[in-house]
Amino acid sequence: MENFNYHRPATVLAAAAMLKKSKDGKYMGGGHTLLPTMKQGLASPTDIIDLTAIKNFGGIKLSKTMVTIKAGTTHMEVATSKEIKKAIPALAEMAGKIGGVHVRHKGTIGGSIANADPAADYPSACLGLGATIETNKRKIEADKFFTGMFETALKAGEIITAVHFPIPKKSAHQKFPNPASRYALTGVFLSQDAKGKVRVGVTGAAASAFRATDIEAALAKDFSAKSASSVKIAAKGLMSDMHATAAYRAHLVSVLAGRAVAAAK
Amino acid sequence: MADTKTGIGASVRRKEDLRFITGKGNYTDDINLKDQTIGYFLRSPHAHAKIKGINTAKARKMDGVVGIFTGEDVAKDKLGGLICGWMIHSKDGSPMKAGPHPVLALDKVRFVGDQVALIVAETKEQARAAAQAIVVSYDVLPHVVDVAKAMKSKANVHDLAPDNRVFNWSLGNEADTNAAFAKAAHVTSMDIVNNRLIPNAMEPRAAIGSYDTGTESYTLYTTSQNPHVARLVISAFHGLAPEHKLRVIAPDVGGGFGSKIFIYGEEVACVWASKFIGGRPIKWTGERSESFLCDAHGRDHVTKAELAMDASGKITGMRVHTKASMGAYLSTFSAAVPTYLYGTLLSGQYNIPNIYVEVDAIYTNTAPVDAYRGAGRPEATYVVERLVETAARELKMDPAEFRRKNFVTSFPHQTPVIMMYDAGDYGASLDKALAMADYKNFTSRKAESAKNGKLRGVGFSAYIEACGIAPSAAVGSLGAGVGLWESAEVRVNPIGTVEILTGSHSHGQGHETTFAQLVSERLGVDINNVLIVHGDTDKVQMGMGTYGSRSGAVGMTAISKALDKIEAKAKKIAAAVMESSVNDVEFKDGTFTIKGTDKKMGFGEVALASYLGHKFNTSEIELGLKESAFHDPSNFVFPAGVHICEVEVDVDTGLTKIASYTAVDDFGNLINPMIVEGQVQGGVAQGIGQALLEGAVYDEDSGQLLTGSFMDYNMPRAANMPHIENFQLGFTCTPCPSNPLGMKGCGEAGAIAAPPAVINAITHALGVRDIAMPATPLTVWTAMQSMKIAAE
Ligand SMILES: Cc1cc2nc3c(=O)[nH]c(=O)nc-3n(C[C@H](O)[C@H](O)[C@H](O)COP(=O)(O)OP(=O)(O)OC[C@H]3O[C@@H](n4cnc5c(N)ncnc54)[C@H](O)[C@@H]3O)c2cc1C
Repeated sequence: MENFNYHRPATVLAAAAMLKKSKDGKYMGGGHTLLPTMKQGLASPTDIIDLTAIKNFGGIKLSKTMVTIKAGTTHMEVATSKEIKKAIPALAEMAGKIGGVHVRHKGTIGGSIANADPAADYPSACLGLGATIETNKRKIEADKFFTGMFETALKAGEIITAVHFPIPKKSAHQKFPNPASRYALTGVFLSQDAKGKVRVGVTGAAASAFRATDIEAALAKDFSAKSASSVKIAAKGLMSDMHATAAYRAHLVSVLAGRAVAAAK
Repeated sequence: MADTKTGIGASVRRKEDLRFITGKGNYTDDINLKDQTIGYFLRSPHAHAKIKGINTAKARKMDGVVGIFTGEDVAKDKLGGLICGWMIHSKDGSPMKAGPHPVLALDKVRFVGDQVALIVAETKEQARAAAQAIVVSYDVLPHVVDVAKAMKSKANVHDLAPDNRVFNWSLGNEADTNAAFAKAAHVTSMDIVNNRLIPNAMEPRAAIGSYDTGTESYTLYTTSQNPHVARLVISAFHGLAPEHKLRVIAPDVGGGFGSKIFIYGEEVACVWASKFIGGRPIKWTGERSESFLCDAHGRDHVTKAELAMDASGKITGMRVHTKASMGAYLSTFSAAVPTYLYGTLLSGQYNIPNIYVEVDAIYTNTAPVDAYRGAGRPEATYVVERLVETAARELKMDPAEFRRKNFVTSFPHQTPVIMMYDAGDYGASLDKALAMADYKNFTSRKAESAKNGKLRGVGFSAYIEACGIAPSAAVGSLGAGVGLWESAEVRVNPIGTVEILTGSHSHGQGHETTFAQLVSERLGVDINNVLIVHGDTDKVQMGMGTYGSRSGAVGMTAISKALDKIEAKAKKIAAAVMESSVNDVEFKDGTFTIKGTDKKMGFGEVALASYLGHKFNTSEIELGLKESAFHDPSNFVFPAGVHICEVEVDVDTGLTKIASYTAVDDFGNLINPMIVEGQVQGGVAQGIGQALLEGAVYDEDSGQLLTGSFMDYNMPRAANMPHIENFQLGFTCTPCPSNPLGMKGCGEAGAIAAPPAVINAITHALGVRDIAMPATPLTVWTAMQSMKIAAE
């Protein structure tokens, strides 16, 4: 790891200004992605702007229709939130499956979404629930947020401040962990809203999280496990590595979607 | 001992654990010496390349840099290269082709991670920065990482082995074996791959090397399983300094599993280089990535194996041809692993009249391969137990009964591959395992699993292994460069506390407890009044260290022999003090009594008397109570057992779960059953790791290690183990006749037995002949897909 300047701003405004001033600065949430990459020499920012001292940067708010999770909220806080467990139990469950206990106590929703790791869990929840990502500049629909491998719609210096999740009628999360890293080899987050609209967010399978629109269409007609699991997903465009071929990932998407329908509540 | 619960057979809590689990252990990295510097190794990014030049000019001028050393410096100082301590001869009589293995790469690098330069600086950051400023110009050469392809590759790892073959070794009678196959009623033939593993001890390797300019002597603190062997090799082969000028200390060591037996370049470089920086100590602590890249790996065999049977299902012959990867260099004991620790175990628990095995040991551009928990015996057991299981299925015989039909039943039993099995009752272990695993109700459990979309299978492994290691003369005749005995010294202090100096080295095995239990049993001393001293060549005179499950059978036997001498001498002193004849002295539970009288003395009183010399004639009986002994085993010890594994495979995803695991082992007499159980559980965990999770993967195109971190290399976790209620351990006992304690070894059995048990269960569940290890979800799902396609 190279030396860097460490900052701990108290406001979002100050954080953004510090980043602008720095030569090659980086925001830091929980640091659980950023620090490992720095240790491996894959990133060597000149300045670290730690967001965790910003007042009210974390926290969970509920309305009748919406769960709002502020960017600095840790995975553990989401996993154990009584309100979220009631409103969107699958979301709390999903957060509880991220990494191990240490990771969950440090990693934040903002960091996870900004990082857009193809195997991260939150992106599937954002897509599967139709979330809106709020930044210091604007609001971005999840459908337009994840643009590629580690790529998002965020502009330089933009800070995620909160994520708004509409409360569905039913939802479920199914994760098939990578046997070694325990990230999602493939993960599916499914929801059905009061009007019966189904969303299926998929992570781990492609360079970027995506919606399995074929499965959504099949479930719109027939909301059953069989209906989801019998959709054949094309392997083309999916990732292949030593842990899973594209064909296997495609297969897992249907299997997990079927299981998600069966588990939805 | 009747009246205490700390003697032989008691499940005493481990004395050392409080210290370890409260962070008070004293590991190499915990030690910091005055004026210490930090060492950092620049490593090869290439699998195979010529070094055209190394420019260190810029790096030398950088902040904090104390010294930079390359292979040329090593050569200039005439420091010897790393050695392989076991000489194997090929079938044609020619000696193995041991290529040069310099402490720091000279002229050439041969695998990704090969050490090119040692950078010494005040801090690690400075050392690393300087390493980045070193310019090495490489001429990249063709490489080969796959052992199956290496003999025909255009890559040539060592000039002296143009086809990359180190040796072509054979054992057994080829003509007789071929004749048995010609007459066979049935032959089972298989291609078997034993996956490459990365040991990953919890503590990475580390070293602090220092040179005392006053006494002109060296000290090396290092993570070693056998510090005396390290001293011997560094002294006699590297030629660093004579043994009395070199002290090697292996303090607390956090796991080894074989990987810390060996003498590596990094440790030697640190102690050597200290002299050139005015004797300042150089500390190197390996990073986890270095453990992955550079610690000796295990296994990596590709085998063709055949089993011949007569019409009744009796095995009549076995023929095996193995290609064994040695990696880029011959590591310290590497040549022994795929030969005398492998071929000699191919008879398994079976009466096989004819066996012939041929092994090609092959260089590849990968990390060196050497002993890893089990060393050769897991590879042999995997071959035998996969073959036997498959043969039973082909003959439509119950796999348990097919095994039983072929078991060795009378002892001693001479196999056609050197080993003389001394004692065992394989049928007893099988019966017990079948009962514990409730084998007879397997089909109903299978039906239950099927209801939940799971395929259930059951697999057996009736393993035998040979450990402790054999008579020194015997191993010497087979090519070993050392003897495989052990030493012990027992020092009784005047107040009756006891210090045991042992050449065995504990790095997780619990010697401080089990060895003390032996003393407690023999001398009636509280185990808390026994100190086990090990791991320091200045304290313990000589020893062979710990590996091959030898500390009990060989190390404790040496202690036991020294205790015999202590007892004999103490009796003499007791007799003199109590003015009786030594023939009338009895010693029991720590008290000396005189037959037919009420005279008695406690052990402590005799100890004190021995140092006072007031009450015996010191010209007849020498003062003091201190004895030593060497023990050379008269045979290997032969732990054996039957493990039964049941798996459930998820049809949709290919995910395999261990539904239940039953291990029945015969380790002879147990000193501490709790520690033995822990060894079995840990070994089985590693075996399950090999079968389901672990596999080192090198990229064919780039030669890079793809599984270079825990993100991709899958170590077993608690969740991969069977639930504790379904993980049953049982024991049978045929005491070992070759040592007075009747002990066999238990450290490696689990890792040896488990892989075939698991794979036999998966292939049974799926109804396929073979599945590759590690049987990951992807591998299993892919196999199920091709079955589906075949069925359509
Ligand atoms: C051992 C381990 C296991 C893990 N397992 C999983 C897993 O199973 N599933 C999973 O999903 N993740 C997993 N993770 C990742 C973990 O969830 C990370 O914590 C998370 O992805 C990043 O969150 P962070 O707060 O730590 O972000 P940081 O590491 O601090 O930052 C990550 C990136 O996001 C940027 N950033 C951070 N906060 C913001 C913000 N508010 N606005 C804009 N940019 C921001 C940073 O500049 C940086 O580029 C694992 C991590 C580890 C170390």
